[in-house]
Amino acid sequence: MLKLEARPQPSGFWRIASPLLALVLTVVIGVVLFLALGKDPVQGLKVFFWEPIRSAYALGELVVKATPLLIIALGLALCFRSNVWNIGAEGQYVMGAVFATGVALMADKASSPWVMVPLVLLAGVLGGMVWAGLTAFLRDRFHANEILVSLMLVYVAIMVLGYLVYGPWKDPLGYNFPQTKTFEAATQIPRLFKGSRINMGVFLALLGVLLLWVFLFRTRAGWAQQIGGLAPHAARYAGFSSSRAIWLALLVSGGAAGLAGALEVAGPIGQLTPYIPVGYGFAAIIVAFVGRLHPAGMVFSAVLMSMFYIGGELAQSRLGLPKSLTGVFQGLLLFSLLACDVLMNYRLRWVPKRVEVA
Amino acid sequence: MESYALLIAATLSAGTVLAIAALGLLINEKAGIVNLGAEGMMLCAAIAGFATVVHTGSDLLGLAAGMGAGALLALIFGALVIGLNTNQYATGLALSLFGVGFSAFVGTGYVQAKLPERMRFEVPGLADLPWVGPALFKQHPMVYLAVLFTIALIWFLERSRAGLVLRSVGESPQSAHALGYPVRSIRLGAVVTGGALCGLAGAYISIVYTPLWVEGMIAGKGWIALALTTFATWRPARVLLGAYLFGGVTMLQFHFQASGVEVPSQFLSMLPYLATIVVLALISRNPQWIRVNMPASLGKPFYPGA
Repeated sequence: MLKLEARPQPSGFWRIASPLLALVLTVVIGVVLFLALGKDPVQGLKVFFWEPIRSAYALGELVVKATPLLIIALGLALCFRSNVWNIGAEGQYVMGAVFATGVALMADKASSPWVMVPLVLLAGVLGGMVWAGLTAFLRDRFHANEILVSLMLVYVAIMVLGYLVYGPWKDPLGYNFPQTKTFEAATQIPRLFKGSRINMGVFLALLGVLLLWVFLFRTRAGWAQQIGGLAPHAARYAGFSSSRAIWLALLVSGGAAGLAGALEVAGPIGQLTPYIPVGYGFAAIIVAFVGRLHPAGMVFSAVLMSMFYIGGELAQSRLGLPKSLTGVFQGLLLFSLLACDVLMNYRLRWVPKRVEVA
Repeated sequence: MESYALLIAATLSAGTVLAIAALGLLINEKAGIVNLGAEGMMLCAAIAGFATVVHTGSDLLGLAAGMGAGALLALIFGALVIGLNTNQYATGLALSLFGVGFSAFVGTGYVQAKLPERMRFEVPGLADLPWVGPALFKQHPMVYLAVLFTIALIWFLERSRAGLVLRSVGESPQSAHALGYPVRSIRLGAVVTGGALCGLAGAYISIVYTPLWVEGMIAGKGWIALALTTFATWRPARVLLGAYLFGGVTMLQFHFQASGVEVPSQFLSMLPYLATIVVLALISRNPQWIRVNMPASLGKPFYPGA
């Protein structure tokens, strides 16, 4: 029979191979699902893995969706490495969008983009930090479980958003639609190319990759931060403050999620609507894990997750399948990854059935 | 006065949902396993139950289907967490994310679906009492079953041998293992039972409580139920009382709305979530309170032979 045998140390090969195997597993389950639904699985796979990369425009859209996912995941990776379970990035993202909108609505025709764009982005970062800061405060001061608090705050953030777009911020000329007026051009995040929605947010994301890499692997503070996650007792013995680690992890990840929210409202969307929360904050959790909490790994997983989003939209328009297919595949991918990760710490061994000797 | 009777009735109904799910999670946690997938299990069970009632017309079959769906998902979770020793938090999160997507996917065709005429329930004799009747005795049988189940669970955990074994597995799996108890099977059994109860709660929402299917309709009740086990410091009776308290908070918003209080509806809808945060902070303030009753090995994996 097959037996799991503990490895003396985690396998480096499977650290990389496990996410790939998980993707293969997810695709296999996907094919079975398409067959069960009576859809052509080749069509289904094409929609998810070929259409998003087949043209320059499609690639642009791929980057547009990968950018917020990557930015949020970078912050979450710092959290998870510090053993701080912030799962409320969706709420921090929404509050980032809300704060950014607050600034963007103050702009007028005479505003300069050189002033407005940085202000809008800073407001977004601040919004995300405030929201995550609530979780940090309750965790640090009252020992309240950050998983539950950060998640509850997602619902609260979405209600705040609802109140604003149905109430005080509703565009008076908007035919009663629950949305703000379209932002002034001065707040628009500069786009990189004509004919594509890619904007400079992608540079911020890549800069974030670099910054996180340096912080995690090349600074003492980054090392101390992670020791708290790996070995809390050792960290306490070494005098590393756990409350500092909690605050840093949550403020950075909240700020990152808020930045993503600001880039989204002032970028591709251009106004605040109730449809801002599309689950990027939750999908970024999967991005972080599939990317092995490594800055470079998350670049790939963010692109993959972006493919899932685009594939889901295309599956709806082309194959008549519900858009929520995206969520199904995202969940399956994380499940498969967790299962495949077993191979990192264990070896599969074929052990012949033991014969009892009398 | 009459409106208060209805408020109490609605509170009991809303609290029952939370109580059933939270008692299920309590059983998990007593065995040392945290399942963050409650929200996902409840959503999948809600659509499974709803679809079953649409097709068969039987509420009982619907509730059973919900329990089955919850148990099945919990079995997958248990196989990963107990069989393969995956991280409990990450695996539960995966289950919740999967459940949100999967239930929305399966439920697309049922958004407009209507259930057959809902039955009315009355306790014969008592339902006609003035005020007390409408407040307490016109409930779905599940409301009374939840109370009975709480009592049974207290007896099971505190007074029965099997309950003692379950708790020992959550406190010190090593000791339980050394005594010859099958730790992993017991944990799996507890996880599946918890999943079935979360499923029952989810199906109760879509079949009895609301009754309809909307994407994401559990709206955080799975997470609130998770918080409830902590509020209640893992004591079944407190879980039930806490659940009624939160049911009351949920209902208060409708009461305020009906009585024409000038507060935007979004702020009233925030109440259950804010209440959860506030109570969680108050209870967690003193780590001693939590530590005394928390299963000592909660969330920690168990490697037999290690």
